[in-house]
Amino acid sequence: MPKTLTNTEPQRKPKIPDSLSIALKNGGPVVWASCLIMGLANILNGQLIMGLIYLAVEIGVIVFLAVPNGGLYWISMLPSLGWREQQKVFNEKTFVYEYVAGDQSQLILLYGIASLCVVVLLVLVWQSSVRSGYRAAALKKMGEHVPNFKEQLRSLLDENVHMLLMTPPMACLVIFTILPLLYMMSMAFTNYSKEGDHLVLFDWVGLKNFMTIFDSSSVIGKQFGSVLLWTLIWAFFATFLNFFLGTIVALIINRPAIKFKSFWRGCLSMTIAVPQFVSLMVVRSMVQPEGIVNKMLLNAGWISQRLPFLENVTWARVLVIVVNLWVGIPYTIMQVTGILQNIPADQYESARIDGANTFQQFTNITLPYMLFVMTPYLITQFTGNINNFNVIYLLTRGEPMYVGNSAGGTDLLVTWLYKLSVDQQKYNLAAVIGIFTFVVLSIVSLVTYRSSGSYKDEEGFK
Amino acid sequence: MSNKIKDGGMHAKRVMGDIITYIFLIVLSVIWLIPFFWLVMQSFRDGKGQFISTFLPKAYTVNNYKALFTQFDVMNFPRMFMNTFFIACCTCVISTFFVLSVAYCTSRLKWKMRKPYMNMAMILNLFPGFMTMIAVYFILKALGMTEGNRIPLALIICFSSGSGTGFFVMKGFMDTIPKALDEAATLDGCTRWQIFTKITLPLSKPMIVYQIITSFMAPWVDFVFAKVICRTNSQYFTVSIGLWSMLEKEYVDAWFVRFCAGAVLVSIPIAILFMITQKFYQEAMSGAVKG
Repeated sequence: MPKTLTNTEPQRKPKIPDSLSIALKNGGPVVWASCLIMGLANILNGQLIMGLIYLAVEIGVIVFLAVPNGGLYWISMLPSLGWREQQKVFNEKTFVYEYVAGDQSQLILLYGIASLCVVVLLVLVWQSSVRSGYRAAALKKMGEHVPNFKEQLRSLLDENVHMLLMTPPMACLVIFTILPLLYMMSMAFTNYSKEGDHLVLFDWVGLKNFMTIFDSSSVIGKQFGSVLLWTLIWAFFATFLNFFLGTIVALIINRPAIKFKSFWRGCLSMTIAVPQFVSLMVVRSMVQPEGIVNKMLLNAGWISQRLPFLENVTWARVLVIVVNLWVGIPYTIMQVTGILQNIPADQYESARIDGANTFQQFTNITLPYMLFVMTPYLITQFTGNINNFNVIYLLTRGEPMYVGNSAGGTDLLVTWLYKLSVDQQKYNLAAVIGIFTFVVLSIVSLVTYRSSGSYKDEEGFK
Repeated sequence: MSNKIKDGGMHAKRVMGDIITYIFLIVLSVIWLIPFFWLVMQSFRDGKGQFISTFLPKAYTVNNYKALFTQFDVMNFPRMFMNTFFIACCTCVISTFFVLSVAYCTSRLKWKMRKPYMNMAMILNLFPGFMTMIAVYFILKALGMTEGNRIPLALIICFSSGSGTGFFVMKGFMDTIPKALDEAATLDGCTRWQIFTKITLPLSKPMIVYQIITSFMAPWVDFVFAKVICRTNSQYFTVSIGLWSMLEKEYVDAWFVRFCAGAVLVSIPIAILFMITQKFYQEAMSGAVKG
């Protein structure tokens, strides 16, 4: 916001330094007391309802933590993750064996982390209550008007509107994105897996899972190496082949003599418009051993035996890259068409005078320009392809699989992660792979976002 | 004279080039459209089975479409359609509200946590979405939302709760609205809320339409989250898991042609919506305030 705004506000508010340390230093006995009894300073300084809300929050959280099977219980169980197994106990009154529920490590971990989040929340509310109490006390001391509850509510529509607008999205993010992430990441340090029967009770194992995965002599380590290599190869081809071929097609459509440009673009963009799960499942059905492609080729006499599109690793890998061209080239065309018009025409003219042919013009003018402009886009595409779940899973389901392996020949890190967690219930290994994927992606993206124009421009916008 | 011959040569060469280009484009379009053409033809095929020996069906029928709307013993296509429609409507209201709120706050307002929030959103966007899926399922289960008629609610939460990080395009658009408008409104006594609802939102109309349709489409095209949340509760299936399970081993022989019919029925509205988003997206990219 420009500075002029604050000057033109109807009543200028006195400036009170607003930070926790100042509040604690200058607060005086009432503010200090409200460190223990939240909201006390507000209540004594004319903000009764606000103070009561703070107090209610404090009492609520303390009750939540202290009740039996409440937050403190779950936090105290976190280090051990539970040890009591489900037991059969003979009930002497009814003469029946009854089951006594044991501990469930997975629930302990989830509730424990959630309780820790509540504690963090309490600390944040506590901070804001101390500051708000200090502000009220300072205003009263200076003889200024202390805003009452109604005015505070009204400020939610004006200078504090960000609190009103940001709270619902933030709450959803914390509960359904950040909490699950912490939960999954902590699984990487446990032995929560079907292997060794640790689905009900499991323990912390430190960095053992990371060692297993990065140990190239173990079974899982070997698979990790080959999946990682294929993920990188796939991302490279999927990104750059799409880019080059898409640019060439866009250039061809852009030729001045070509009519019905939007018709051609429309035809090609059908693969974006139709949902991927439809188009890819149709292709999957067409390339089956008994599928229409093999049938047609056999009928035409071009091949004598069926092509192993989905059975042979190399065939399957080439297939996913080619099919991805079918899906991806239209995206490139959409991106490139606008940029092509920005290339200065005089460059082509002088190149033509110098006798450069079309191919030379493409490699010496168009391509360098495009690469320069589209580098951020390419790197986003690259990271997107590392995470490209749909094309692989819908087309090949990661197959061909070999007996004894948990990853198939076309599995990427993300599809392997999916299989490990949903199908094979090896949650600990899945979590390690998730963390590893994140590290790879964040390195690639941080380097690009930091150097991209939009990030730097953002800095200058205020 | 020699000049004329040279021009004629050039001309002939250019015509040849144009012809080759047209042939190339026609071949390319055919390759691009053949699978869809095949899908439509299969949806009208009379007979069962996934594999046939000819490209075009030998006999045509509309019974596959009819069966989708009359035979409910194994799969209830209309109900799947209505499930998805309901989830999509709720999702698009919630997501659009979240995205607009966050975009407005990060683009127009100055608050302490603005930059940290944006960095956090950028980092969260880097995690593979499937990593949290299992954990989200456990959380929803702990909240008792994975059983019975709460499943649609769980799906709405899944599809819309993450939208607080998907605001970057909308923010980029709002950045192009001149700040002078906000200042003038403040001088006239508008509150920030009034600026949001009376100035920013009306000016963002093309982008809002784009956002609404995009988030409306998400439940139609996603099948992974829906599959994990619904598991075997087939009465709460969305269209995409329904179609997916028609191709499972036990159904594929009898249901393949109906899968094709269902796929056509779902693809047509989605494709039309996609074309509309492109129109609004291009309109939005030409700037918020013209002239």
